[in-house]
Amino acid sequence: MNKRSIEIFVGLFVALGAVAVLFLALKAANLGSFSGGGDTYTLTAKFDNIGGLKARAPIRAAGVTVGRITGISLDAVTYQGLVSMEVNKGIVFPRDTSAKILTAGLLGDQYIGLEAGGDPENLQGGDVITRTQSAVVLENLIGQFLFSKAADGGSDKSE
Amino acid sequence: MNFFQGLGRKVLDTLGAWGHGAVFFLELIAAVPASLRRFGLVIGQIHAIGNRSLVIIVASGLSVGFVLALQMYYALVTYGAAESLGLIVNLSLVRELGPVVTALLFAGRAGTSLTAEIGLMKAGEQIAAMELMAIDPRARVLAPRFLAGIISMPLLAALFSAVGILGAYVVAVGLIGIDAGNFWSIQQSGVDVWRDVGNGVVKSAVFGVICTAVALYQGFETEATPEGVAYATTRTVVTASLGVLAMDFILTAWMFSTP
Repeated sequence: MNKRSIEIFVGLFVALGAVAVLFLALKAANLGSFSGGGDTYTLTAKFDNIGGLKARAPIRAAGVTVGRITGISLDAVTYQGLVSMEVNKGIVFPRDTSAKILTAGLLGDQYIGLEAGGDPENLQGGDVITRTQSAVVLENLIGQFLFSKAADGGSDKSE
Repeated sequence: MNFFQGLGRKVLDTLGAWGHGAVFFLELIAAVPASLRRFGLVIGQIHAIGNRSLVIIVASGLSVGFVLALQMYYALVTYGAAESLGLIVNLSLVRELGPVVTALLFAGRAGTSLTAEIGLMKAGEQIAAMELMAIDPRARVLAPRFLAGIISMPLLAALFSAVGILGAYVVAVGLIGIDAGNFWSIQQSGVDVWRDVGNGVVKSAVFGVICTAVALYQGFETEATPEGVAYATTRTVVTASLGVLAMDFILTAWMFSTP
């Protein structure tokens, strides 16, 4: 084989490898969909309990993904979970928007659902969402259920 | 006393072999800049070890993708989670199987041919002849092959993963009947470009260094006889494979230690 055909084959091989990397990045990973591009603005929200929420979980409004969680930390003063998120620039929410931690399906991943309010003014970048609802913690629910059952049982006996 | 002498000799031999390998590796790296100046040699070697490994890599990737999708489906369908098939196949290929299986195949396909080639050059005293002509065989023979291995491995591993995912797509969508949009969207939401794909590429480059360096070392240090070359070829596969597996554990623990 002469030099020219070897170089052509090597060029094909390298191009094929580059196509494979691009395929993995664009079609089989998240570069094409979100995080990579698009302007965003940052909002923060404080929750009493964030449950199993993780960084990079989606932010959804009416079920449509509008952003992602960028960081989770603890507010050292109020002992609340501090969740920072970036929301797509084109989408604005009223000031009295509320944030809930929801679960996709019965055992699915947790995400933040935003419900728009009716305030004429909109949230700006860096604002804090004050109306929040914490994650449902299964152990607490079971505890409450058992407690109320026990209370019912006690009152039945006393009658 | 004989016992202690035996132990001492063993330790000294082992340390000597390690030191020998380390010195060889440093000399190899020092020779790389010289080979960059004659990049034509590197291109020829990419053709020899990259292009000619394509068929086996693509065929293995395809079959691994098929089998992985089928087996994962049987397990996942019990939990009603068959929809996440694409994500599991993607992550296991991109993070682990792609780089590791490619490296094992690469050691068997390209590593052995490197060792045999250089071993025979040594047996035919071509390397000694080069040294006589004041040509550094490390810069002329070893470094282009080393560089070609490091360039080829990540490309081959990416091809392996990509073909594997396409194979899984054929099984999942064509055979099992999982929704095609779901198959891709769950991957796009669960696989991170830098964390998963990027680390997989880094892994495969490291494996490329291990496989090629081991193969070149075994070839260059072989006993210049037919038996010596045969023995060195075997050792290439064993040492490179074990090195890749050990390194994979270290890299995985380091890269994916946080969930």
